[in-house]
Amino acid sequence: MAAQDTTAGAQPIRLRAKGRRWGEDVVKGLLALCALVSVATTIGIIIALLEPSIEFFREVSIVDFFSGERWAPLFEPASFGVRPLLAGTFAVTFWACVVALPLGLGAAVYLSEYARPRVRNTLKPALEVLAGIPTVVFGFFALTFFTPLLQDFGIGVGIFNVLSAGLVMGVMLIPTVASISEDAMAAVPRELRDGAFGLGASKLQVATRIVIPAAVSGIVASYVLAISRAVGETMIVLIAAGGIAQLTADPREPAQTMTAFIGATGLGDVPTGSLEYKTIFAVGLSLFVITFFMNIISIRLVRKYREIYE
Amino acid sequence: MPDMESAPAAPATIAGLDEKILTERREAVSRTRRDVLFDVDGLTVSYADVPALKNVSLEIYKNFVTAFIGPSGCGKSTFIRCFNRMNDLIPTASVEGKILYHGTDLYGHEVDSVEVRKRIGMVFQKPNPFPKSIYDNVAFGPRILGWKKELDDRVERALRNAALWDEVKNRLKSSAYGLSGGQQQRLCIARCLAVEPDVLLMDEPASALDPISTTAIEDLMHTLKRDYTIVIVTHNMQQAARVADMTAFFSVEVDEEQDRRTGILVEYDETPTIFTNPGDKRTEDYVTGRFG
Amino acid sequence: MSTIPAPLGQRPRGDKVRGTIFYVLLLISVAVGFIVLFTLIVDVVQKGIGYIDPLFFTEPNNPTNPQEAGAKPAILGTIYLMVLLLMFVVPIGVGTAIYLEEYADRERWYNRLLELNIQNLAAVPSIVYGILGLAFLVRGLGLGRVLLAGALILTLLVLPTVIVASREAIRSVPDSIRQGAYALGATQWQVVRRQVLPAAIPGIATGSILALARAIGETAPLLLVGALTYVTVDPSLLGSFTALPVQIYQWIARPQEEFRYLAAAGIMVLLAILLTMNAFAIWLRNRYQRRW
Repeated sequence: MAAQDTTAGAQPIRLRAKGRRWGEDVVKGLLALCALVSVATTIGIIIALLEPSIEFFREVSIVDFFSGERWAPLFEPASFGVRPLLAGTFAVTFWACVVALPLGLGAAVYLSEYARPRVRNTLKPALEVLAGIPTVVFGFFALTFFTPLLQDFGIGVGIFNVLSAGLVMGVMLIPTVASISEDAMAAVPRELRDGAFGLGASKLQVATRIVIPAAVSGIVASYVLAISRAVGETMIVLIAAGGIAQLTADPREPAQTMTAFIGATGLGDVPTGSLEYKTIFAVGLSLFVITFFMNIISIRLVRKYREIYE
Repeated sequence: MPDMESAPAAPATIAGLDEKILTERREAVSRTRRDVLFDVDGLTVSYADVPALKNVSLEIYKNFVTAFIGPSGCGKSTFIRCFNRMNDLIPTASVEGKILYHGTDLYGHEVDSVEVRKRIGMVFQKPNPFPKSIYDNVAFGPRILGWKKELDDRVERALRNAALWDEVKNRLKSSAYGLSGGQQQRLCIARCLAVEPDVLLMDEPASALDPISTTAIEDLMHTLKRDYTIVIVTHNMQQAARVADMTAFFSVEVDEEQDRRTGILVEYDETPTIFTNPGDKRTEDYVTGRFG
Repeated sequence: MSTIPAPLGQRPRGDKVRGTIFYVLLLISVAVGFIVLFTLIVDVVQKGIGYIDPLFFTEPNNPTNPQEAGAKPAILGTIYLMVLLLMFVVPIGVGTAIYLEEYADRERWYNRLLELNIQNLAAVPSIVYGILGLAFLVRGLGLGRVLLAGALILTLLVLPTVIVASREAIRSVPDSIRQGAYALGATQWQVVRRQVLPAAIPGIATGSILALARAIGETAPLLLVGALTYVTVDPSLLGSFTALPVQIYQWIARPQEEFRYLAAAGIMVLLAILLTMNAFAIWLRNRYQRRW
């Protein structure tokens, strides 16, 4: 049953595999192939955005693109100043932040510092439900409930307006801010709080002077992520903010964001290869670059706060 | 060694060591023929190019129980893991030197570590049954070897040889996690036995167990060594004295300048000798409890 | 300062007031989200309940007569997308996760780049995936605006989520299980296939279903990849298609009020599907999650 020979160095026991284990190599290769799909996706996105954009910028000068104040690609004569779209995106994002950043942080502070464990364990998943609602539903809500509501309150918003879309988007982003900020706060060691409490600090003081500063990189990371999502969000603005690309500071007016423009144009039947078709990609590239940099910042910040306490 | 001569059989005052056991052991060992199963030659193990264990050479004999003892950090776990190439799983580990097994160098170019592990089994410090039934735990090894026939018989045999059969024969399909710690460890032993290895490596097999389970495992070692060669790492000297035929004492060499601690083999001899008449002062210090 | 110490039981009034105001503000922060959630659901149900009838599920859309419009192609489209998604995203996502967790050497630059890449993809706006689909699948490969294109693009969209969830599940399998399996002479793939994966399945399943639920609600990429808005035929793999969120959007975009109610009805169905999927995923997690 056990060893076959009794003296060392007698018959060598074969310790070689019967053949090279090529089955293992095949498996590893297949798995690596799966991993390459994500690489291919990124390369695909870059190519898909770059190629038509380069052609676009041969016909439309970059200077005109970024400095022009009129966006009218389908008009005669066409105008390709992207500023109205940027302004639209910025405006909606701004109002979204007005809601999401303070309320998200407030919710996080509540969950982390004030709520009893049982309450927190019920509320946190419940907040995630909010995050799971499809954006088209929020768009519906903004258009058919919130805008009329604002009108009833005397705020003279148009049917399509920036304010409604922005505020509703902000509510949608509260769970994003709350969740990441709360994680960052939970990572702050108990000893820090205990030390402050021991000196006679109140809950408010501990929360604002100890916990928030200690968790600041995580909180900022959540802010950056929320802004990135606001910039990239399509349906709410497509439905509720309107399709008129105009430069206006008045949130009661409609405006078109970069994403809404892409959505609206993509829906239509723009002939492939035409200049209008390429606008999708030029605007898409701008959008991608903006969100890409924000994501890098956010990832770095999250890594920073994880490093400090873990 | 002046100390040794003046003290009358002083090392035998190590707490718990029974003179009788040692004498029996001494007689048993001297009677037994020594067949070399492993020939370790100049083995050095490094992690990220920093040596953790340096230049070990010794021979492990067939059907003996060999114990590796020494203070923590001396590399005994690292050493035992060389015998079944488990150190291969650590990316930064590198091994120099040779371990000849039946004449073949375990670390030779053409040797497949998977084949090595089929013949040299290992039991770990903390029992690690798979999240499966008792039967499936023991059957796992045969199954991956392709031994699909007579599986029930193999499982029963392995469990009997691990002294666990009677306790579990009526609940083979229940989860392994329902067993006590001592039973789980015997299950792990049965799991090893099911693939019919030559050698059982045990890395502190009883240190996570209660005294009664420990005794059961030690008794098992006595039985198993008839058919297997057993190598164990233990930090419990009484245990080494109780079960081992040969004992190797490892220690730590400190390099103050480079702030390095490296494991080395200090002494390797029959167990009674190590404990009652060690040749090296370091060994004597350790077994009499002066350090470690 | 004052030489008369304040009585121990009382904090200065100003402090207390500020503390209370702060607490109330925090409560409001939490409440806003729930109030909106509640209002939204009530509003949707109010508007849509009247239009939920058997007709809704059996009739295709009718752009001229809202009374006779239904969501059958849209619901079918969503279901078909779900099935295709499952078939595509789970193998690729789990495969990638296995590669990263079990096979890839973390030190290599290309593996670290891979991880960074996945993190990045998770945060790319969904409409960019639509652009990708438009460029490569619809126009590039000439697939046209078909169901398969939609499914492929959604696959890429939720792939990062599935990868992350699967990695978590695989990582949570204790290393002692792997060590035990290796020590018995299992090859790497045998360890993964027979020990790691089975133990990780509950986590993988839960994560996949949650990712799927997210994909079902996505509209933007499908707009670009051509979920056409006037589809009256049932969807087929290489035929034009629509999906529930897209149909909802199309109804919202109509000026007539009745289409708003249709949209609300569609939303109710969509939310019901999502609720079921999430509840199922949570049930799965609670029932099968192993506590190591």
